[in-house]
Amino acid sequence: MITFERVSKRYPNGREALTNVSFSIHNGEMVFLTGRSGAGKSTVLKLIALLERPTRGNVVVHGRNTRTLKTRHIAAFRRRIGVVFQDHRLLADRPVFDNVALPLAVAATPLKEIDKRVRAALDQVGLLGRERSLPLELSVGEQQRVGIARAVVSKPPLLIADEPTGNLDPDLSLEVMRLFRRFQDVGVTVVVATHDLHLVREFGQRVIVLENGQVHGGDAPDTLPSVVARR
Amino acid sequence: MSLAVAGARHLQALLGSLGRLARSPLSTALTLLVIALALALPTSLRLLVTNAQLATGNFASAVDVSVYLKTDVPLAKAQQLAQAAGQRADVAAVTVIAADKGLEDFRTYSGFGEALQALKENPLPHVLHVRPRAEDSSPAALESLRRYFSAWPEVDLVQLDSEWVMRFNAILEVMRRLLLIAAALLGLGVLAVIGNTIRLEIQGRRAEIEVTKLVGGSNSFVRRPFLYTGVLYGVGGALLAWGIVAIAVAVLGESVTSLARLYGSRYVLRGPSRDDIGVLLGAGAVLGWLGAWISAARHLRSIEPRA
Repeated sequence: MITFERVSKRYPNGREALTNVSFSIHNGEMVFLTGRSGAGKSTVLKLIALLERPTRGNVVVHGRNTRTLKTRHIAAFRRRIGVVFQDHRLLADRPVFDNVALPLAVAATPLKEIDKRVRAALDQVGLLGRERSLPLELSVGEQQRVGIARAVVSKPPLLIADEPTGNLDPDLSLEVMRLFRRFQDVGVTVVVATHDLHLVREFGQRVIVLENGQVHGGDAPDTLPSVVARR
Repeated sequence: MSLAVAGARHLQALLGSLGRLARSPLSTALTLLVIALALALPTSLRLLVTNAQLATGNFASAVDVSVYLKTDVPLAKAQQLAQAAGQRADVAAVTVIAADKGLEDFRTYSGFGEALQALKENPLPHVLHVRPRAEDSSPAALESLRRYFSAWPEVDLVQLDSEWVMRFNAILEVMRRLLLIAAALLGLGVLAVIGNTIRLEIQGRRAEIEVTKLVGGSNSFVRRPFLYTGVLYGVGGALLAWGIVAIAVAVLGESVTSLARLYGSRYVLRGPSRDDIGVLLGAGAVLGWLGAWISAARHLRSIEPRA
């Protein structure tokens, strides 16, 4: 499902964020990506969502090599990935319904279908009935759940999250992680970047540790997959 | 994507664009006004040309020839000449304007009545007013007619009344070219105004564009509302331009009518025809779409989602 093959990423400012990183994530897996800030977690997610292309090596997602994917196919590629951000990236001037409906709107879903699926997604994150609220009228935890509803509303096979619990207290963090695991239960592949090791231990999923742009613990970088901890 | 779904999408984008324009009425109104003025100017020029053409239409076909006889030619001789000229196949009618009648007319219409009293004798010659047949009013035919009369020893001067018509047509032609240049330049201006307005709107909606691209919105999806905004600006500006021109025609109408009456015409100022309005609205729509497309193509590409 996701394969990183000797991937290096150097940004235009000269900083090398990833060096020779290899791992793969299988269909239906839930994986935590951890490491200190600046270790390269966000870069891995950007490479998966094709917000960046690798400088060297190959990133293959859903059988597509992001290095060679044509620009005009990027939109369709991204429609199969749900993305959750730490700062949730909601449009402040649009009600919750419009925010969640956006991925369906860009995929030209019929209006009736949009209505049904937005309600279903909001129901899953426990926010049914808040469709008309503006994001700023919600609590931080609720805003994050709206972001998650938007990420899953189009039922993408892959869900990636960048520090989704960064702004949440421990109880809310746990709640959000349980939500992610529920998506995994129905077959969605979930990749969560977090530095919250406590939470990672609590959930006991596979963990990929990044350190200074490299996968930590893999003595042979070619070994796939690079499993650091599995309980 | 089925046709109905595509239609619904477009309708949604159109309504969204309308809503956004309505939410900032002042800046929308100012932009519309600028576009309207730029479109109203060539439209007015066009009206000026058509009206000038229509107003002189009656004269333009009049290609009468005035034959001025020498002052010592007696009236009887003039009538004889008129009869001879009337025999020609290319002449429809010949009228003799006797010198006395000419002086009387001049006294009546010129306003120099008093001054003319002082004249001891009539300085005017007899004049033959020759009307060629309609099918013989080409410049070449008129020229041969002129040569025919010039050859007579009794004739002092042959004047083709069509000369001023030709001059006038040449002036009209210059105005028509001027109209094209003005339309082209002002069209470019409309493109620039709409392009810049769309650029500002793209900048203002940067966050929304980033998120839309992030969740898989294609470039055409992101571009669509801006294209609609451009077309709405263009068509809205064109409608406003139509209004401006209509008001100008209404204001000018009365004075043009009285001016025409002074020249003995019952000409009434014409407003834009249905075709003129169609061209105006079409030009507005095309310029709006094009300006928005150019701007969107330039500025949307640079906005990519960041994580």
